[in-house]
Amino acid sequence: MRDSLPMKNTSATPLGPAAKRSTPSGGLQAWLPRLVLAPSVAISLFFVYGFMLWTFVLSLTSSRMLPSYDFVGFGQYARLMANERWWVASTNLMIFGVLFVVICLAIGALLAILLDQKIRQEGALRTIYLYPMALSFIVTGVVWKWLLNPQLGIQAMVQGWGFESFRFDWIVDPDMAIYTLVIAAVWQASGFVMALFLAGLRGIDDSIIKAAQLDGASLPRIYLRVVMPCLRPVVFSAVMILAHIAIKSFDLVVALTGGGPGYATDLPATFMYAHAFTRAQIGLGSASAMLMLGGVLAILIPYLYSELRSRKHG
Amino acid sequence: MANVIRRQTPAARLGRGLLYGVLILAALFYILPLVVMLMTSVKPLSEISAGSLLSFPQNPTFTPWTKAWGEACTGMRCDGVGGYFWNSFAIVIPAVLISTTIGALNGYALTKWRFKGSELVFALMLFGCFIPFQVVLLPMAQTLGWLGISSSRAGLILVHVVFGIAFTTLFFRNFYVGIPNELVSAAKLDGAGFFRIFWRILLPVSAPIIVVSVIWQFTQIWNDFLFGVAFSAHNTQPVTVALNNLVNTSTGVREYNVDMAAAMIAALPTLVVYVLAGKYFVRGLTAGSVKG
Repeated sequence: MRDSLPMKNTSATPLGPAAKRSTPSGGLQAWLPRLVLAPSVAISLFFVYGFMLWTFVLSLTSSRMLPSYDFVGFGQYARLMANERWWVASTNLMIFGVLFVVICLAIGALLAILLDQKIRQEGALRTIYLYPMALSFIVTGVVWKWLLNPQLGIQAMVQGWGFESFRFDWIVDPDMAIYTLVIAAVWQASGFVMALFLAGLRGIDDSIIKAAQLDGASLPRIYLRVVMPCLRPVVFSAVMILAHIAIKSFDLVVALTGGGPGYATDLPATFMYAHAFTRAQIGLGSASAMLMLGGVLAILIPYLYSELRSRKHG
Repeated sequence: MANVIRRQTPAARLGRGLLYGVLILAALFYILPLVVMLMTSVKPLSEISAGSLLSFPQNPTFTPWTKAWGEACTGMRCDGVGGYFWNSFAIVIPAVLISTTIGALNGYALTKWRFKGSELVFALMLFGCFIPFQVVLLPMAQTLGWLGISSSRAGLILVHVVFGIAFTTLFFRNFYVGIPNELVSAAKLDGAGFFRIFWRILLPVSAPIIVVSVIWQFTQIWNDFLFGVAFSAHNTQPVTVALNNLVNTSTGVREYNVDMAAAMIAALPTLVVYVLAGKYFVRGLTAGSVKG
């Protein structure tokens, strides 16, 4: 085929030594792909990498209302470390993040395994489990704020059924309010984890399970010992995505608790926004943003590392 | 089927019943908040304070919806969320179209016209998917000011395009990697250029990934709150910001039915997309994770 082509085109075959350089329409065609990518690369360099650097620079300054370039070294980080509200926010993120990830994984795995038992109406159930993921965290926050309202929500409803002593007023309790964030976030994201696990389960070769069944293993044992180890990559990606959602959580806090009571449910994301945009503490806000970035990188780098390794081995 | 039925011992039947019981309980957990939201949004206020969360509306009324749309106070102004609903569309539609187009061209260039360093370019851009946006907020505010588009819809469109192309490029790149190179090489031999090959060969088979990208970008941008609240003024706010203002406006009697109606209004477009194209929605969510 190739040999029968007109002379003009033969130079474009990968066989020729100079093939790559001289494409038929010449220089422009060779550069066009790079030209098309150039704006995106420029955008990425400026708006992602440039801005990260810029925020880092701001975090080294004494900026308050407006950015100023009066450098104070790592003074803002020291202030941050001494700031009680920052520690509340960081501790909250640990509590919220760990509970959110663990509960989502547990519910997601359980529902996926149960749905995988040749269930009637599986499609309808899946749709119901997953739809909260389509909502905005603001909508989720507004709805759960209503459900958790002690005077008119779930507490009032159960009390109305005759359980007068029933109490579920976590949203106004500074010690418990952080758990209301966990409830709402789990409601929103656990169906998504279910979908991830279900896709993983459907990808497992049936013959492995059949072989284990022939060996006389019980169903729970098969799931624990045979199926779950196959799903390790799924668990891993789910943890990455959920941890990422947790660190970025901002809207949910704003809509559900507003960070309150007091600042009992502050997270680093709301801390950063409050200081940079409403409390005229740009330097401190930038420092907190950099620490958030550090947190994301601490999760991301092991992930990318293992991805690259598995690709090399696979 | 026959041998399944034969093995139905009482214990197995009990297990099956339990299985369905758990699944239905879970379904209630997910669906009830939506049901409560919908029912509350059509109850008069008197019924809300007298009845309970799950009581069925006795005298359903559509007034909370019209009020939420056109009269409710969102901060200083009292003209409902309707205007902000259209604001969201005015921001979302251009942002989705532009970011999807750029993503498609990027994905095509990165897979069918590989060059030295193209993998590095991809890795460089991919990082944009992972950063916490707090780290770009302050510089972005200043840059939008320099460009003269702070607090404008154009500014928000720019922000969403800039931080959306990492995702759209990822989608299209992963999709085009799976399209055989033979067709493209043959077309190159025939002298077809970059855009001609894209138009004639790649685009006709891209429908599934275009749907995924459009749905993903639509839900992401529609549901955005952080950029919306940071970079908008009262007349350019997206609906999520207006909803939050409406719910947190603390003047007069709390009208929970209006709050719920406004939340329904803000949720409807993405819910409709999900119901119509749920399959693609899931694919978008899992595109970056399962396939890597």
